[in-house]
Amino acid sequence: MYIPRGGAATTPAVREQTARVRAARERVPRNVYALGFVSLLTDVSAEMITSVVGYYLLVYLQVSTITVGFLDGLYSAIPVLLSLTAAYLADRYQRRKLLAGIGYGLSAVSKLGFPVVGRSVSGLGLVQGADRLGKGLRTAPRDALISLSTPASIQGRAFGVHRTMDTVGAFLGPLIAVVALGLSVAATAFDAVFVVSFCIATIGLLALLLLVADHREPAATPRKVPFRAALGLLADKEFRRVCLAATVLGVAWISDTFIYLVIQQRLALTAVQYALLAVGTSGSYLLLAVPAGRIADRIGRWRVFLCGHLALLVVYLLLAGPFGGPVLVCVTLAVHGFFYAMTDGVLMAHAGPMLPRELRTAGLALLQSVRALGAFVSSLAFGFAWSVMGSREVVGGYVVALLLALVAAACLVHPEKGTVPRP
Amino acid sequence: MSSSSEQAAQGARLARWRIWTFAAGSALMLAAAAGYSLYAAQRHTAEVAASPAHPFSSSLPLSGAPKILYVFSAVGGDQDHLAESPASGVGAPSFFALDCARAYAAGQTVVCLGTNGSLVQTQYAEVYRDVSGKTTLLDKIELPGIPSRARVSADGRLVAWTVFVSGDSYNGPQFSTRTGLLDLKTGTLIPSLETFTASVDGKPYHAVDINYWGITFERDDEHFYVTMGSAGKTWLMLGDLATHTLSSVVENVECPSLSPDGTRIVFKKRVSGNLSTPWRLYVLDLATLKETPLAETRSIDDQAAWLDDDTVMYQVPQTSGSGYDIWEVPADGTGTPRILIRNGSSPDAVGGS
Repeated sequence: MYIPRGGAATTPAVREQTARVRAARERVPRNVYALGFVSLLTDVSAEMITSVVGYYLLVYLQVSTITVGFLDGLYSAIPVLLSLTAAYLADRYQRRKLLAGIGYGLSAVSKLGFPVVGRSVSGLGLVQGADRLGKGLRTAPRDALISLSTPASIQGRAFGVHRTMDTVGAFLGPLIAVVALGLSVAATAFDAVFVVSFCIATIGLLALLLLVADHREPAATPRKVPFRAALGLLADKEFRRVCLAATVLGVAWISDTFIYLVIQQRLALTAVQYALLAVGTSGSYLLLAVPAGRIADRIGRWRVFLCGHLALLVVYLLLAGPFGGPVLVCVTLAVHGFFYAMTDGVLMAHAGPMLPRELRTAGLALLQSVRALGAFVSSLAFGFAWSVMGSREVVGGYVVALLLALVAAACLVHPEKGTVPRP
Repeated sequence: MSSSSEQAAQGARLARWRIWTFAAGSALMLAAAAGYSLYAAQRHTAEVAASPAHPFSSSLPLSGAPKILYVFSAVGGDQDHLAESPASGVGAPSFFALDCARAYAAGQTVVCLGTNGSLVQTQYAEVYRDVSGKTTLLDKIELPGIPSRARVSADGRLVAWTVFVSGDSYNGPQFSTRTGLLDLKTGTLIPSLETFTASVDGKPYHAVDINYWGITFERDDEHFYVTMGSAGKTWLMLGDLATHTLSSVVENVECPSLSPDGTRIVFKKRVSGNLSTPWRLYVLDLATLKETPLAETRSIDDQAAWLDDDTVMYQVPQTSGSGYDIWEVPADGTGTPRILIRNGSSPDAVGGS
C-alpha cells in the first residue's frame, strides 16, 4: 500500500490539516503536462482522420458499407481485449513508457497505411486494427504514469489537467483536417490529411520518448510480477468494492451515442447539428475537468464521482421529461459534460493511490475494463429495450436503474471525508 | 517511495539534449507536413493542367437521341462533373457545370447529390428541371449524411435519395442509411422512409435497426420498390405513397432497379460472407419471382440502371486509383460483361423519347 511522505503523522485531524495545506501548495508534475501534451497531439492526429474517414471510404473509394461496418466492429472490440494484457506486461517488466510508446507508435504508423492499402478490405482492416491496437496498448500505461508521477493529495487535479489537454486535442483535430484539405481543393488531397496526421502523431511520440519520464518501480523488489499478483488485486477489499461499484454504475450508464440519438429523435436534427452535440458535451467537460479534479482532491474523490452520476441522473430526467428546444439541449449537454468532468479522471485518481505502485497499470486497466463491460451490457440492454418501446420509457427505466446503482455504489464504498491516504 | 520516482515526480530538470532533440524533431515533422500539403496541392494543380476542363455547358439536353448521363471520374478538370455520352458508348462526352457525387435524371428532372467542403461539410440534393434546353434549380434539400443512391420517377415528378448516416451506428457492425423523397407536384418532402409502416410476410414489422436504401419508382408515381435492412437481413419492399406503407416482396434484395417496361428488377444479392466479394447482380421477374444471375461474376456494389429493356449497366472500380468504369451486361444471364464508358460512375439512360 502507498505510504505518503511524512506518514508518521500524529492524529487524523492534524494529518488531514497538514495534508490539505501541502496539497494546496503541491504543483501538478511536469510529467503530467508532458503526457497531456502527448495525448493532445495524438488526439489531433486521430480526430483529423475521424473527421474525413467516412467520406474517404464511402465516397472517394466507395468501399462497401459491409466493409465499413466490419471496420466499425474492429473499432470497438480490440481495445478492451488488449488493454488488460498490455497493462499486465507493463507492470511485469516495469516498462510503462515502452508499452505506451509502442501504442502511440502503432497509431502513428497506421495513418500512413491508408494511402498504401487503397480499397483493399484486408489492408483497411489491418490499418484500422493497428490504430485500435495502439489505443488499447497505451491507455492504461499512460494513466498509470500519471498516477505514479503525482502525489496522492493532488491526483484529481492531475487527471483533470490531463483530460483537459486530451479534449483540447479532440477539438483542434477536425479544424486542422479542414486546413489540410483546404490547401488543395480536390479529393486527391486525402493523402495530405493522412501525412499531416502522421507527422502530428510522430511529434506526440517524440514528446513521449523525450519529455516523459518513465516509472520503474520498485527497484527493491524482484522485477517480475507474477500473474497471480495482478489477479490478487481483487483480493483487496477496498479496490474490489470500487470495481464492483464502477461496474454497477456502468450498467446504468447510457452511452453517448444513445443520448445523442434520443435527442436526435426528439428534435429531428440535421447532420451538422447532430455532430455539434458531441462538441457541446466536450466543451463543458473541457472547462470543468480541472475544477472538478481540484474539488475532488479537497472534499473526496469518491464523493465527487458519485455526484457526477447525479449529474447523469439529471440528464436522464431531462430526456425523460417533456424535452425540446435549443435551451434544454444546451443545458442537457452542459450537465452531460459535468458528468464526464466529475467521473472519468476522478475515478482513476480515486483508485490510483489505493493500488500498489508496481501493479498500478494492471489495476487501473482492470477498473477501466469492468466499467467498459458494464457500459457494454447497458448499451445492449438499451438497444433491445428501444426496439420494443419508446425512448421516453427506456430512459425512464434507466432513471430507476441509475438510482439503484447509486445507492448500491454508496453502500459499497462510503464517500470518504477527506482524501488523506490511509497510513 | 524510491528516490528515482521521487525525483521524476517533483520534476527534476529535463536534460537539455532532450528538449533540443524534441524541438528539432518537431520542426522536421512540421516541415514535412507543410511540404507534403504543398506538394499535394501542386500535384492537383498539375493534374488539372494536364487534363484541363472541357467547356462546361450550363444546360442539360435530356431529350433527343438516347444518351447516357453519368458522373465523370477521371482525375483532372472534369472530375466529378456530370457528363453525357451517346448510348452506344462511342463518341466524345459533353460536360455540364454540375458537380455531383451521385446523379440521376428522368422526365426532364435531374437530381444531383453533392457535398460542400466548407468548415463543416454539408451534403445536399439539388433538383433541376430542364425546360427546352434551359436548366433551372427547383429545390435544394440538406441531406443528413454522405450521398449514396439517387433516383427520379419516369415522368420526373418524384425524386429519391439515400445517404449514409455515420452517427447512427452503435454496438456492432452496422451502418445506417436514410432514404428520403420529394414530390415535385405537391411539394411534399418525406425526409425518411422510417416514418412509413412496414410489414414482412403480411405481419407488421417493428425494429429500431430498420434501414432503407435504394428506391426505384413505378410509372404510376404512387408505388415504388426499396430495400429494407434489419437484423442482418434485407427485403425487397413494395412501397405505397398513398397509404405510407411498405410490404415485403422477397428476401435478400439490395439496390433494386426497375426495368423500363416495369416487369423485372435488377438488384445486388448477398451471396457470400467474404467481405471482398459479398454481392452478385441478379434479375428478378416480378410476375414469376424467378431470379436469374447475370453473367457479371464480380461483386458489384451499385444500384444498376437499365440501358434498355435487355441490358443493364453499373459502375466498377478501376483496378488502380480511385476511378470507375461503366460496364454493361445482358439482363437475361447470357453474354459477357463489357466496358461501355471509361472513367464514369452513376450511369443513367436518358433521351430516346
